[in-house]
Amino acid sequence: MRRFERPVPTLWWLKRRAYFLFILRELTAVFIAVYLILFLILLYQLSLGRQAYETYLGFLATPGMIVFHVVALVAALYHTVTWFGLLPNIIVVRFGEYRVPSKLIAGANYVPWIAVSALIVLILTRG
Amino acid sequence: MSKATIVLEVLRYRPEQEQEPTFQIYESEYREDWVVLDAINHIKDHIDGTLSYRWSCRMGVCGSCGMMINGEPKLSCATFLRDYYPDPIRVEPLANFPIERDLVIVMDDFMEKLTSVKPWILREHEKPISEGEYRQTPAELARYKQFSMCINCMLCYSACPVYALDPQFTGPAAIALAHRYNLDSRDQGRSWREQVLSTEEGIWACTYVGTCTVVCPVDVDPAGAIQQAKLSTTTDWFRDVLMPWKGR
Amino acid sequence: MRKSSEPVFWFLFGAGGVIAAFLAPIHIVLTGIVGPAGGLESALEYERVLALVSHPVTKLYLFMLISLPLFHWAHRFRFTVVDLGLRASKRGIAFATYGSAAIGSILSALVLIRL
Repeated sequence: MRRFERPVPTLWWLKRRAYFLFILRELTAVFIAVYLILFLILLYQLSLGRQAYETYLGFLATPGMIVFHVVALVAALYHTVTWFGLLPNIIVVRFGEYRVPSKLIAGANYVPWIAVSALIVLILTRG
Repeated sequence: MSKATIVLEVLRYRPEQEQEPTFQIYESEYREDWVVLDAINHIKDHIDGTLSYRWSCRMGVCGSCGMMINGEPKLSCATFLRDYYPDPIRVEPLANFPIERDLVIVMDDFMEKLTSVKPWILREHEKPISEGEYRQTPAELARYKQFSMCINCMLCYSACPVYALDPQFTGPAAIALAHRYNLDSRDQGRSWREQVLSTEEGIWACTYVGTCTVVCPVDVDPAGAIQQAKLSTTTDWFRDVLMPWKGR
Repeated sequence: MRKSSEPVFWFLFGAGGVIAAFLAPIHIVLTGIVGPAGGLESALEYERVLALVSHPVTKLYLFMLISLPLFHWAHRFRFTVVDLGLRASKRGIAFATYGSAAIGSILSALVLIRL
């Protein structure tokens, strides 16, 4: 019996909002990785001495670099929110028949997130 | 006063007479309490008896009447016309499956995948009947109950881009059902199923798009099931490597 | 890349995802936006940062901060390039992405050891 196979469009991920948001979510990792490479270069310049370090800090202060980091921040925050949101579907906490609600587990991540972020600021500025 | 009507654009494919599917416009009677399946049954009974489609229970239990309704995989028995009226509704066969005729898809691939994970209770040794039934506490039941609600309607396969791009993928419902039996305290087949599931075409192909869970009409959460399976498989892997003396 | 190795990569992906979720935003704010814009004043001075970073605990922390999210990237990117239409050998893509993450990790280890 002849059957008809429908082809998948190359731009399938534009066909549905959820697919588009999925691709955005996956691509946040690219921005985070690029940021970490720039951060690694900062550490490398630090190892080369004061002048190299300060020159590189000057490079990071250029408008293009600031814009990149703002975009990377938005991407990183999107990663954080989606990661916390998906986590309770993977790690299921049960007490007998009772399942701890997903929203509670997702929400519970924000407390240590803010605490750790504040601690890092504290270490860098006061430490 | 003439009766209210609604336009349905239905994808037709008659392999004996056409190379490619084409849309056919039908004007069905409209009633506020009708679902899409009611309109299609109306067309079949009163307008065009040649239209082919699957349906049975018309109450969201049998899982036969899945169709793409305005591009979304839905049970046509649970999708009300009034949510679209007075706009036309586009009805197509479930995406990601070959079309056999009109709204009827070829489901052989799904049936094969379903059986490949052995979604039934596997025992190393069957207990003799004289020793009684396998008993289970409410808490043990609660662990897998959600995943046991699957009605095999295949909407999740239609929503899954991973399955669309790679038909080798075992897919949402089959993995969710495998996970359901893995979580069942009466079952002993987990390490057997892992050989099928823990492969490139199994759980590791899933990228957690999550649309399978969104379209599921009975809240099974296949996407969650697949990630949970990844987690337990990873735990098993590390236990096998780090503590090989602890057999399973 | 058969079934035996996938759990390892998934574990690295997950660990990197957690690290990125908790730590990436604040680090981007500090060393990418507020710091370069001059908002941290003396906090980013050469001697201060060098002293802070030279501590072994900081080094270990920074290694995890850089290495694990690189594997997180590798895992996601490996599938995304296929989703976006690259029709290459899946094994080749996996080799390239995880390989890049491994190289990035080795480089970060070298940089941190020399500090």
